[in-house]
Amino acid sequence: MAMSFEWPWQYRFPPFFTLQPNMDTRQKQLAAWCSLVLSFCRLHKQSSMTVMEAQESPLFNNVKLQRKLPVESIQIVLEELRKKGNLEWLDKNKSSFLIMWRRPEEWGKLIYQWVSRSGQNNSVFTLYELTCGEDTEDEGSPKVPVSTRKEGCLLFLPEFHGLDEATLLRALQALQQEHKAEIITVSDGRGVKFF
Amino acid sequence: MDRFVWTSGLLEINETLVIQQRGVRIYDGEEKIKFDAGTLLLSTHRLIWRDQKNHECCMAIPLSLVVFIEEQAAGIGKSAKIVVHLYPAPPNKEPGPFQNSKNSYIKLSFKEHGQIEFYRRLSEEMTQRRWENVPVSQSLQTNRGPQPGRIRAVGIVGIERKLEEKRKETDKNISEAFEDLSKLMVKAKEMVELSKSIANKIRDKQGDITEDETIRFKSYLLSMGIANPVTRETYGSGTQYHMQLAKQLVGILQVPLEERGGIMSLTEVYCLVNRARGMELLSPEDLVNACKMLEALKLPLRLRVFDSGVMVIELQSHKEEEMLASALETVSEKGSLTSEEFAKLVGMSVLLAKERLLLAEKMGHLCRDDSVEGLRFYPNLFMTQN
Repeated sequence: MAMSFEWPWQYRFPPFFTLQPNMDTRQKQLAAWCSLVLSFCRLHKQSSMTVMEAQESPLFNNVKLQRKLPVESIQIVLEELRKKGNLEWLDKNKSSFLIMWRRPEEWGKLIYQWVSRSGQNNSVFTLYELTCGEDTEDEGSPKVPVSTRKEGCLLFLPEFHGLDEATLLRALQALQQEHKAEIITVSDGRGVKFF
Repeated sequence: MDRFVWTSGLLEINETLVIQQRGVRIYDGEEKIKFDAGTLLLSTHRLIWRDQKNHECCMAIPLSLVVFIEEQAAGIGKSAKIVVHLYPAPPNKEPGPFQNSKNSYIKLSFKEHGQIEFYRRLSEEMTQRRWENVPVSQSLQTNRGPQPGRIRAVGIVGIERKLEEKRKETDKNISEAFEDLSKLMVKAKEMVELSKSIANKIRDKQGDITEDETIRFKSYLLSMGIANPVTRETYGSGTQYHMQLAKQLVGILQVPLEERGGIMSLTEVYCLVNRARGMELLSPEDLVNACKMLEALKLPLRLRVFDSGVMVIELQSHKEEEMLASALETVSEKGSLTSEEFAKLVGMSVLLAKERLLLAEKMGHLCRDDSVEGLRFYPNLFMTQN
């Protein structure tokens, strides 16, 4: 698994796995946890998880250090992420969640920027096209210039290439709220029209 | 003593009870006789004496036989007495306890007091002589039983009657007993009400009660089992006793505190102080109350209560916060420490060591690692790093 993943210094600091009673200290601790969760999930391309998985994952369970973050504290970390907009519970029991290393609104902005810059307003895309199409090829790597088949202009490869559908949908919903897009149904699924 | 006649003790029509008194002994002249404990009743017509142990034994003297009465004051080991001088008995007198007596007077000894009032009433009756106005019928002078303690009856009827009498007696005894008890209850209630009202007055600081009286009163309440009304609310004002005690404590504790780095837990203080005193040990409550006054009295010691509730006595000059810097240093040197390890290193009790580490954590110098291995404290890298 996380071979290339670089753990932050806190991960090797035993107090990191005890919820700190001093509130100022706790604030720093939780901030560090949130950022660790997001970068971990980003690298491992994990967009969703169950709480059970989380407990046993190396994320919250440092086997070498012999420390685990207790489940009540995990819940507190997840709640922090939810408040920040990076997490959404997928069920009423709060047993599984969607984790978004970028908030949907942020994704929406990026998508819309890309659409505008490439002059593709008023076009319709299927969701698949958006994330997996040629135009948005080469998953993961940041903006690499590539020629488009459209007008021969250079396009930077968007970060949202390869984004999971759940997150994408929420990003488009955010745009929809701003009246910058509309989610529609197309023949084989869903699509979106940009304004 | 030969003027007495046996009687049932029941009052006749037109005869009214004036006063009665328990615990009265009769003397024949100066001689003690067997009638040593009885209830003496004064009616408008007679003086009646009934044995407390045996209610069957009941005798009376008509007041008309009384010449005059005297009071005899109480002495050491002697109860107050009334001396009753009597006319000779009339020839047709009914049977009584004594056929003959050389004395023309009797003495009534009030072992349970009540003599003053009785004398007053008896004098009154002697003056009023109501028996002359309202005669009682001759036939009623007759006695019911010839001898005390025996009802004259034979056969089954006799046995039944005896049983009946016994039952009535028991009944009467019980009612009498309960009479006393209900009187006691009434008195007790009054006492409790009174105590409560005074206790309230003390608490509200109304009314003129001096410090000394307050202490005395509180001790009375305590001895009666009523809890001290002046508790935590008024510790600030304290009492003389606690103030003195506080000053005493300074004397006892100054040196030991210096030896222990300026701080001691209250339990250590308690042990030390009581060991020093030897006798007249201090109660924990008194110690705490005295300590609460230390700061107010501007003494060189003070009481400090940690968040955990642990209480310590500190030298005024002792600054626990300054200790934190050195605590942090010690912990940093070793990477991390438990309370026990820290206590050992610094030479403190584990209790105080833990309090110091907790205080350092509260101030943000340390953070904790709580696991199955125990509670360890680390320098707070969350704040210092990044």
